[in-house]
Amino acid sequence: MTDQEVIALINRTLCEEFELDPETMHPGVTLYDELELDSLDAVDMVVALEQAFQIRIREEERMRQIRTLGEIHAYVLEKYHALAS
Amino acid sequence: MSMNRVVVTGYGAISPFGVGGECLFDNLWQMQSAVRHVCETKRVAGIRTDLAAIVPEVNEKSIPRKFRRSMSAMSIYATLAAKEALSMGGLDGSDLAEVGLVAGSTIGSTLTTEKFFRDFLRDESLERMRSTVFFQIMNHSVAANLVQVLGLGGRVLAPGAACATGCQAVGLAYELIAAGRQTQMLCGGADEFHPLTVATFDIMNAAASGAEDPQAASCPFDEKRQGLVCGEGAGFLLLESLPSALRRKATILGEVVGFASLADSGNIANPDSNAMERCMRQAIEDAGLGVEELDYINAHATATPQGDVAEATAIARLVGTQVPVSSLKGHLGHTMAASGALELIATLQMLQSGMLIPTRNLERPDPLCGGISLLTEPTRTAARVALKNSFALGGIDSSLVVRSYQV
Repeated sequence: MTDQEVIALINRTLCEEFELDPETMHPGVTLYDELELDSLDAVDMVVALEQAFQIRIREEERMRQIRTLGEIHAYVLEKYHALAS
Repeated sequence: MSMNRVVVTGYGAISPFGVGGECLFDNLWQMQSAVRHVCETKRVAGIRTDLAAIVPEVNEKSIPRKFRRSMSAMSIYATLAAKEALSMGGLDGSDLAEVGLVAGSTIGSTLTTEKFFRDFLRDESLERMRSTVFFQIMNHSVAANLVQVLGLGGRVLAPGAACATGCQAVGLAYELIAAGRQTQMLCGGADEFHPLTVATFDIMNAAASGAEDPQAASCPFDEKRQGLVCGEGAGFLLLESLPSALRRKATILGEVVGFASLADSGNIANPDSNAMERCMRQAIEDAGLGVEELDYINAHATATPQGDVAEATAIARLVGTQVPVSSLKGHLGHTMAASGALELIATLQMLQSGMLIPTRNLERPDPLCGGISLLTEPTRTAARVALKNSFALGGIDSSLVVRSYQV
């Protein structure tokens, strides 16, 4: 997948999982304040992304620091490329 | 036992007929049946019936995702029914921090349990498990979800008494309000259809099967009855103390005046008419009434060969042929934990409207169910006091007495 395809799949995965409006999925949007996700959603977000990309991120401290959609894009891209290489 | 009078100021129903208490009563009065063939049972080997009474599609998206994510179908039904009850009671949008809840189901969501174990047993890994699965499986799933979505803050109980759950829930709420522990309570039961629920009864030869006409399959008290038809749904009532209802100028829909629930220790599966009779007598005594004051009995009568005979025998000892009796399971099937509440709502509607609904599909009463006055035709009459029975597998009997409200 290209980077744009990875980002599109991240957005689609999160929209389906949390019934989000695709129009809101811009990189600067904050997960907890603006998209109104909470701690249970954070658990499910990890599961959904792990399944979508066959990556493993649940034990990563960096995942717990993420606050915006753009940070998820960057982190999953990094993991995806590492897996591909 | 009543110290405070307890009245009904709202009710809501999600039944196999659809959404709303009005939909429930209209279909019952028109003698409709919600039973039909379904495909869900065909995937389970050994089940000998494909009959069920399923709730038509509901607007679950009306419940915000944040609350819906921890709900299986039973909690969705319960939420919609409870909101209808609150709206009818004039509490829609009110602060419910003091309102209590008694809500139960037969068990937690079987479908969610099945899905979880299907995935888990692939490799015994939890890594694909969503965070909200447990909230759908736990025994008090319906109660917990209602608390969250409605913002309730009063006492919460979650009885699990199989088919007596709905009736027990109303009875326990009535007792708490009568004793002055709560002023307003939502109460009721909910369940969702799963083929293994059907299997539970089919294994015991207690499920109806093989009917060419599915709508004729559930026939309580009839000599051709084969067993029950599993259904689903939710029924909830808003109970409150009479002073509270009067202070709010709420419309009073009826009064709960008596309740009893007791153990039948004779057999875990086979009901005992002596225990049933004892339960009904205790409820009437609790109401401070005599049996001669009953105007109508809404029977549990699920159309099982043994259960209907035991209940008819108990009613015959109680009132003989003096009081009209009917079961609504010919129309609705057996909605499990919802049945006690849904059928109580219908009973209150009968008292309000002066129209008694007979047992659907009762053509040739079983002589073994004789000695009682079985309603076979819709009847317009000014009934004022009614007894509602729910008798559960596992030996839990319960009876409620309700009456029209009079100052």
